Amino acid sequence: MNFVFYLTAAIAIISTIMVIFHKNAVHALLYLVTSLLAVAVIFYQFGAPLAAALEVIIYAGAIMVLIIFVIMMLNQGDSTVVQEQAWLQPTTWVGPAILSALLLVQLILLVSSGQISSTQTFHYIGPKQVGIALFSHYVLAVELASMLLLAGLVGAFHLARRRKIDQGDSNNAI
Amino acid sequence: MPFETAPGLEAGVLLASILFCLGLAGLMMRRNIIFMLMCVEICTNAAALMFVVAGAHWGNADGQVMFVFVVTLAAAEVAIALALVLQFYHRKHTVDIDQLNELRG
Repeated sequence: MNFVFYLTAAIAIISTIMVIFHKNAVHALLYLVTSLLAVAVIFYQFGAPLAAALEVIIYAGAIMVLIIFVIMMLNQGDSTVVQEQAWLQPTTWVGPAILSALLLVQLILLVSSGQISSTQTFHYIGPKQVGIALFSHYVLAVELASMLLLAGLVGAFHLARRRKIDQGDSNNAI
Repeated sequence: MPFETAPGLEAGVLLASILFCLGLAGLMMRRNIIFMLMCVEICTNAAALMFVVAGAHWGNADGQVMFVFVVTLAAAEVAIALALVLQFYHRKHTVDIDQLNELRG
């Protein structure tokens, strides 16, 4: 069954690379959805079905649809591909790529240096156990998360609203 | 109960590291603010993958609890950020992040 894991991991990595190098925003978003679905399969393999379902429903469903709607509202057309082509020159991306690769090499060395324990069995954790933990130990955090979502709702409504006053005088900040 | 179909912890940690570094690199490379937002999502997702893998390794439900909180955070963050993107595009008619330089002295 390890073959399935490695295939899924390869799909996730390749589609993520396509996200960060693609010129078209909608195509990049589709690659991102593919990457998230691959990660959901990996969650399922690691014995976390609730996390896999939440990944598909919330990440690949809700959040990606939100970004799709904003891309539709911006309505930039075909000129963005040329613009992205001009912005994504090798001179601009080679520095960050080298630094990130160094960071990745450090992480790989850290992982492979054997600090992690060697037992390789994974435990199946079903939704029931997660729900019990969520509403017993973490009930205060659940309340805080609900307040965070409420603040996000109010903030998004306030920020995205169009005001006529700001149209005339764009130098006035909010 | 042990779950036999998955490879080791190190493979999961390596995958999370690779995805996080890819998202970080993309965040530094792109100038389009929507692409930067997508790369932040990749980073958040890699961190959530790390939580789930570690929770599965130690047989603890806390990893998935943290995953639920990470997803909540990502949803709130992306809502606020997209509202800011809309307001930015409404004012500047571009998605170039370098146009947001009005705070210079």
